Amino acid sequence: MQVLFLILAAVALISGVLVVIQVNPVRSALYLILNFFTVAGIYLLAHAEFIAAIQVIVYAGAIMVLFLFVIMLLNLRQPEEGGEKQHLAQKISGAALAGVTALLVIYTCTRINLGPAKEMVPGFGSTEAVARSLFTDYLLPFEVTSVLLLVALIGAVILARARLD
Amino acid sequence: MNLPVLVGLMVVKITLVLVVFLTTIAYVVLMERKVLGFIQLRYGPNRVGPWGLLQPLADMIKLLFKEEFTPPHANKTLFVLAPMIVAITAFMPFAAIPFADRILPDSLTIYGYQVDLTVAALNRGVIADVNIGLLYIFAISSLAVYGAVIGGWASNNKYSLLGGLRLCAQMVSYEVALGLSVIGVLMVAGSLSLVTIVEAQKSMWFIVYQPLGFLLYLCAAFAECARTPFDLIECENELVAGYQTEYSSMKWGLLMLGEYGHMIIASALAVTLFLGGWQGPFLPPIVWFLIKTFALIFLFIWVRGTYPRFRFDQLMYFGWKVLIPLALFNILLTGVVMMYL
Repeated sequence: MQVLFLILAAVALISGVLVVIQVNPVRSALYLILNFFTVAGIYLLAHAEFIAAIQVIVYAGAIMVLFLFVIMLLNLRQPEEGGEKQHLAQKISGAALAGVTALLVIYTCTRINLGPAKEMVPGFGSTEAVARSLFTDYLLPFEVTSVLLLVALIGAVILARARLD
Repeated sequence: MNLPVLVGLMVVKITLVLVVFLTTIAYVVLMERKVLGFIQLRYGPNRVGPWGLLQPLADMIKLLFKEEFTPPHANKTLFVLAPMIVAITAFMPFAAIPFADRILPDSLTIYGYQVDLTVAALNRGVIADVNIGLLYIFAISSLAVYGAVIGGWASNNKYSLLGGLRLCAQMVSYEVALGLSVIGVLMVAGSLSLVTIVEAQKSMWFIVYQPLGFLLYLCAAFAECARTPFDLIECENELVAGYQTEYSSMKWGLLMLGEYGHMIIASALAVTLFLGGWQGPFLPPIVWFLIKTFALIFLFIWVRGTYPRFRFDQLMYFGWKVLIPLALFNILLTGVVMMYL
């Protein structure tokens, strides 16, 4: 189990870095898909089968397909190596942002209590357990999220219509 | 101590299922040509072997010996990867589909070792009885679209790219309808495990409770497999051969394997979800499973021989404005009936 986790985690980190440093957006997208798979594998190791399946269906199977679709529709030519020169301000702000994020991550890591894990509740991570917590304890956030998605949908339709008229 | 024996048995079982599955794909191609020939008042293949029965073998040898050609400006890695994705995503879903009840006794004595076969469902007619079986199948088949998209892009050919994008749009749209159409079954069975769903149909097939769901599933499955009347990627006069245009030899063979594999999986899943799976009187379970699956495959071929092709805008209209609202209505109806009856 531990070996599997280490392999998955390593692949996830490497593919994550590759997503950022690739010049070609299609390759970036493909590495991101690989990343989603390794994360789904980690969920499986944590006995969260439902979340793992949903991770693959939603992220790898739907969202990334649309990403690839858009990349291929808009960017049919291969980008030339190097690309545009970056501004100094871009570099400084990027580095600053990365530094702040790194500090936050380190701060959070020091606060984690790495003791032995708690005893697992029977049925943890099953579809029933996820459904029960979604529709009881987290009903309000769940419904608000659906409204948010609806708003995004309507916004997209309005933008498309404005272009047409 | 029993672990090597169990792993060995598991490998044997998976290999057997895979071999049978591949042979079935080869003969479904022949069946399609024969049935289409019958529908169109001609013979179909009848030169190789008696009634053309050796035709799949001849086709395979031909494909293996054809020249492997990669277009000069294609992206080599992705060009090779695409047919693999198509084929693998067509084979993997079968792992969760129960094709029989029990195929072996609970324990066996092999070379003096007492082997408990209930471990990893070795004695049952399913490779892996996972409790999210249906989600697993949807997860794998939702990846099939990458084969088309990547293949179309890597070929560096406008027809391929447009064909890939078209198939991508089609599959993403119909996946929603496909997923929504089976939720009624989940509600009636109360489980995502396909073994449990089949066992829940002991007294009555779910097609009786879910007639609308079955119809919606069939429509969406035809579109997911890109079969007539939704076979827009094969629209020769517009796209040559869609994303497959640049493929030749066994790479094209893999794409074909994948296409027919998806059709068989779609039929087998329909049998499992709506037609009682392997349940049936008198005959052994596996025979019932095969009879039902091949009946649905015949339906696929029959439709291909009968109906013309949709236009692309009609396809999108049908998917988004007919199938999805009807599927949502079906879920609502199932919920209301289950609550008040």
